[in-house]
Amino acid sequence: MSISIRNVSKRFGAFTALNNVSLEVGSGSLLALLGPSGSGKTTLLRIIAGLEQADTGSIHVQDSDVSQLSAREREVGFVFQHYALFKHMSVFENVAFGMRVRHTPNDEVQTRVNELLHLVRLEGLGSRYPSELSGGQRQRVALARALAVKPRLLLLDEPFGALDAKVRQELRTWLRRLHEEMHVTTVFVTHDQEEAFEVADQVVVMRQGNIEQAGSPQDVFDHPATPFVMDFLGHVNVFHGRLEAGQMHLGGIAVEYPEYQQTESRDATAYVRPHEVELHRSPQGDTSLSVRVVHVNPAGPVIRVRLLSAAGAALNVDLSPGQYGELKVRPGEDLYATPKRVRVFLPDDYSI
Amino acid sequence: MAKSPRVLPGFEISLGYTLTVLTLLLVLPLVACLFKAATLTPAEFLGAVWTKRAVATYMLSFGASAVAALINVLIGLLLAWVLVRYDFYGRRFLDALIDLPFALPTAVAGLVYSALLVKNGWYGQFLVPLGIQGAYSRLGIVIVLVFVGLPFVVRTVQPVLESLEGEAEEAAAMLGASRWQTMWRVLFPALQPSLMTGFALSFARGLGEYGSVIFISGNMPFKTEIAPFLIVARLEQFAYAEATAIAIVLMGMSLASLALVNWLERRSRRYAS
Repeated sequence: MSISIRNVSKRFGAFTALNNVSLEVGSGSLLALLGPSGSGKTTLLRIIAGLEQADTGSIHVQDSDVSQLSAREREVGFVFQHYALFKHMSVFENVAFGMRVRHTPNDEVQTRVNELLHLVRLEGLGSRYPSELSGGQRQRVALARALAVKPRLLLLDEPFGALDAKVRQELRTWLRRLHEEMHVTTVFVTHDQEEAFEVADQVVVMRQGNIEQAGSPQDVFDHPATPFVMDFLGHVNVFHGRLEAGQMHLGGIAVEYPEYQQTESRDATAYVRPHEVELHRSPQGDTSLSVRVVHVNPAGPVIRVRLLSAAGAALNVDLSPGQYGELKVRPGEDLYATPKRVRVFLPDDYSI
Repeated sequence: MAKSPRVLPGFEISLGYTLTVLTLLLVLPLVACLFKAATLTPAEFLGAVWTKRAVATYMLSFGASAVAALINVLIGLLLAWVLVRYDFYGRRFLDALIDLPFALPTAVAGLVYSALLVKNGWYGQFLVPLGIQGAYSRLGIVIVLVFVGLPFVVRTVQPVLESLEGEAEEAAAMLGASRWQTMWRVLFPALQPSLMTGFALSFARGLGEYGSVIFISGNMPFKTEIAPFLIVARLEQFAYAEATAIAIVLMGMSLASLALVNWLERRSRRYAS
C-alpha cells in the first residue's frame, strides 16, 4: 500500500511540529524518517497512524483518504519505542490481542500466533510474561503483535532506541530481512543516521517540522541538499571562508566553486568529510593546507587523525589502514592536507 | 561460624527495634486479650461467642462491610479515574476532599447521615415515602461504611492509574480494540490488584468501624446490631471475659478474610514477578 501525505501541518500550542509537509511513500518501501528530537518525525508517524489529528492536510493510503478514520479503523501496525506490551498478558495473548478483539476463531488464532512467534524467533516463549523477557525479545513480541492483524502499513517509532548496541544491530538486520519477506509498506522513525542508512531504502531527513531532503540513502549521503543534512549525517569538518569569482578561499588554499561567479566577495561555509581528505608529507600545489598532527586513534577499521591547521582550525581525517601504514603518522608531525571534495553552502541557506 | 558481611549495616538493631514496637503495639495487647478470654471454660467461651445474637452481629458486620467495600470499589475507581484522567477547575480541591473521611470523627459522619436520612431529613423526605429507610436500618450502616472506606480505594487506585502508560491504550487502539474492549481487556486487568487492595482496606476499615455505625443503626439486636457494639454491650454489663471472647472471634475472622484477599491479590499480580 502506498502512502501519500499531503500538506500536513500540526501545531502544539505555539510550537509548530509539522509545517506543510508532503511526502509520497511507495508501496512496499522501507522508509526512514530521520531527524533530531523536535524535528516532527514522530508527530508525522503518529498522524499517519491516526494517533494524532493533523490541523490541516490529509493522509491517503492507496488513493483513499484515511484522515477521518480513527486509529483502530486504519489497519495500521504500530510499534512503540518502549514496546507498550500488555504486562498482564502472556506473550501469546499479547500477539493474539488484535485477533481476540475481532473475535477470530480460536484455532485460527493458535495457528497465526505460532506462525508469528516462529517468525520473530520466540517459539516456546508464548507462556512467558513480558517482564520475563529481555528488551530485544519484548520488541520482537511488539512487532509480532503489530503484524498479527495483517496491517496495511507498519509504523515503528524509534523501535530500537531503548536497546543496547549489539541487540540493536541484530534487530536492524533482522527488520531488513523481515521486510524483504513481507513487503508491507514500512515507515520507521529514528534519530540515528547509521540506522536509517543501514535499514531503509528511502531516507527522509526532517528538521523543525520540515522535510529537508528525501531520497535513497546513497543519494542523500552523496548529495546532501543542505548544510543541515550534511551536518546531521555526521563527522564533517566545517570551514568558514570567503567566496568570490568561482573560488572558495579557505585559510591559504583555494577550491573551485563555479556556481558563484560574482566578483563581490562573501562569507560561505565549506564542508569536508573526514574520509575525503588526503594527507601528504609534501605540499600538493596550492590545494594543500599545512597542518600539525594532534592525536591519532588507530583502533577500529578506520584510523582517526585529529589535526590543527596553522590558522588554528581543527580538522578530522579518517585514514584507511593501508594509507596509515604508508604514511605512519605520529602526533606532533607536520603534514599537508588536501581536501578531495568540498561542499560549499552560502550562509543564507542555513543558520544554526 | 564466619559472619558474612551485609551490604546494609545495622540489620540487628533495626530488626530489634521493629520487633519491639510490634510487640508493644500489637502482640502484647492480643496476648492480654487471649489471657482474659482464657479465664472462661470452653463451654462458657462458646456460650459467649456463638449465641444467635452474636452470630447475627458477625453476619451483619461482615456482610455490610463487604457490600460497602464493593460499592467503594465502583465509586472509588470512578473517582480516581476522573481525578487522574481529566484536568478541570477545582480538581485539586476535590482531590483533597477525598481524604476528609480519614480526618473526620466518624461519630460526626454517623450523626450527619442519620439526620439526613430520617423522615424529615434532606434525603429522607424523598426516600422514606418510597419505602427506603436510610436511618436505623442496615442500609444506613452500609452508607456510613461507604463513607469511611471511600478514601482507601481512591488512594490505592490513583497512583496505579497515574503510572499506567497511555501507550498501552494506544497500542490496543492500533490493534483494533474499541474503547470498551480496551477498558476491559487492558485497563481493568492492570488495575485489578490495586482494586483488590482497596477492597481489602475498605473492608477491614468497615469491620472495625464503630463510631458512625452506632449513631445510624439504632443497634437493634438481630437487626442492626454490629459485632463491635455487642462487645461494648458486654463491657457495660462488666462481662469482660465474654467481651474479649467475642473480640477474639471477630479478630480471627478479620485476619482470615484479609489473608484471603491478600492471597487473591498476590495471585492476580503474578505476572509482575
